[in-house]
Amino acid sequence: MTTLQTVFAKAKADNRAALVGYLPAGFPSKGGDVAAAAALVEAGCDVIEIGLPYSDPLMDGPTIQDAVHRSLINGTRIADVMRTVEGVAATGAATLVMTYWNPVDKYGAERFARDLANAGGVGTITPDLTPEESEPWRAASASAGIDTVFLVAPSSTDERIKAVVDCCTGFVYAASLMGVTGARETVNVAAEGLVKRTRAHTDLPVCVGLGVGTGAQAAEVAAYADGVIVGSAFIRRILDAPDEAAGQESISVLARGMAQGVRR
Amino acid sequence: MANEGTILTAADLAGNGAHGDDPDVHGKFGIFGGRFVPEALIPALDEVAAVYEKAKNDAEFLREFDHLLRTYAGRPTTLTDVPRFSEQAGGARIVLKREDLTHTGAHKINNVLGQALLTKRLGKKRVIAETGAGQHGVATATAAALLGLECVIYMGAVDCERQALNVARMKLLGATVVPVTNGSQTLKDAINEAFRDWVTNVDTTHYLFGTVAGPHPFPEIVRDFARIIGVEARRQMLELTGKLPDAVCAAVGGGSNAIGIFHAFIGDEGVQLHGYEAAGHGLESGEHALTLTAGSVGVLHGSRTYVLQDDEGQTIESHSISAGLDYPGVGPEHAWLKDSGRATYHGVTDDEAMAAFSLLARAEGIIPAIESSHALAGAQRLGRELGPEATILVNLSGRGDKDMGTAMKYFNL
Repeated sequence: MTTLQTVFAKAKADNRAALVGYLPAGFPSKGGDVAAAAALVEAGCDVIEIGLPYSDPLMDGPTIQDAVHRSLINGTRIADVMRTVEGVAATGAATLVMTYWNPVDKYGAERFARDLANAGGVGTITPDLTPEESEPWRAASASAGIDTVFLVAPSSTDERIKAVVDCCTGFVYAASLMGVTGARETVNVAAEGLVKRTRAHTDLPVCVGLGVGTGAQAAEVAAYADGVIVGSAFIRRILDAPDEAAGQESISVLARGMAQGVRR
Repeated sequence: MANEGTILTAADLAGNGAHGDDPDVHGKFGIFGGRFVPEALIPALDEVAAVYEKAKNDAEFLREFDHLLRTYAGRPTTLTDVPRFSEQAGGARIVLKREDLTHTGAHKINNVLGQALLTKRLGKKRVIAETGAGQHGVATATAAALLGLECVIYMGAVDCERQALNVARMKLLGATVVPVTNGSQTLKDAINEAFRDWVTNVDTTHYLFGTVAGPHPFPEIVRDFARIIGVEARRQMLELTGKLPDAVCAAVGGGSNAIGIFHAFIGDEGVQLHGYEAAGHGLESGEHALTLTAGSVGVLHGSRTYVLQDDEGQTIESHSISAGLDYPGVGPEHAWLKDSGRATYHGVTDDEAMAAFSLLARAEGIIPAIESSHALAGAQRLGRELGPEATILVNLSGRGDKDMGTAMKYFNL
């Protein structure tokens, strides 16, 4: 199992940023999710986030909503998410689950953390779990030996940034902009300042997500962040492809460009 | 505020806190409430909480709110005895609190006027809101027109079609109505979309939340602005009957009209509090909105509360003939009142509600909202239990004009 610590140490030794790819479990199909993630790893993604499909994804833009909706219609359950994690972890990438809080809460925090660790997962990203509500999850994760990643945003005060990073292990997720997930024309200039402000409170790697969609944008973000997170841009390509094989080819091309970007 | 010149006090808004019924510093009512939202929204929620805390103790704010409630919304609303309806309720004396007589025809006006004033204090020029049946959307568009705010309403595409008349009303009032086409295309998806707008435009925009759900401080703020319903009704009951009612009944969707009338009675131990949720086609049919009576504890739209969800925490779509009760979550304070035993919650089916709807129209000449008809049906049931000596106060939360399409179909009119 590759840990986040190993990934970021290696990227640092190579003097580059890590590339993090996001795909929802069960998308574009059961099994097709692992194949798509494997294509991303093959093309140079160091870390894979597997999204746990949820009925009310209020932080996601239309692209991810669409993909998640399809996955839920296909009947994706938490056992399927764990199987996807197992398949992706087998490729050698550090594999996390990104999930809204309610499915974990309902499943049981300790049970979820244990099952994820057993599947080879190394941690979670929980975008709607605030530091005030995070204690039970951090305790469950610590005892299962998995990392807990939380988000900071451009609107976060220094006090909030400190509270969030104190809850993080593995890395800190810096949301580049005020808004939902989705590729943008340009990466928000606020992102660089946020990374700087975050580094003032932690030695953990800081990764930037939201709005990154091209190799050039990946290079731009890699100049100041420890990792570049890409989701909607991959999903868009899969949605637009005529079939799964073409989708995999298309995201491979994009991921290769981004892998070059983080090495510039 | 019955007497001219009486000014709304801070105590009218928030109670005296003597009953431990205010949330803690994290917005928790016991284990319920709190904040489960993207970190990006935390500063905005903190700002709303801070500005509200200041406003509710500011005489100028209270004076402005009082003035609007009195001269614009038409408060205080009256109580009405309904003796012929009461004959069909075991002979118990049923008294209605007439929120249907407020401007725009429903209790929603209380909350939107308070929050619109708060928006000005926040220095923001744009409000957004979600709406199911369109009532909160119309109320928000009304307050925005009155106070010169830009207004965008998110409404499920299915609901836009079902409630075309309200869409036209909102447009006439100057609001932009955005049909939401993702998910189930109803209220819960409209809320998701409003949150997405808010996180993107939070610098300029206030999310004028329509019910006592959502992340802290919304459950507390919306309750406080709706609280005037019970403050007035409690005093009016004493004037009318010389004593407090034996029970207070209200319909519960998100729960704002119910909290609005319950809250002033929470400290009155002899007064039973009964909330009526939409049982739709019945519990067994699976087509209902029985969040408190058949749901389980979870997190939805930013707070911990009872939720209609499957075994893995996916939200289940609700059903009710009344769009205003068609919501798979509920305000956290109701969850707390349920678990503490202070309030009791029951289901009323579509058919029971429509029978009460029809009865009130024929027996009393009042056409209630179908939402409120759930409380009326509940009061009939309760009246038979408590007997002819009992006095029951019912929140008639809105009028039924908006429901004529549904009624025509249901009764083959």
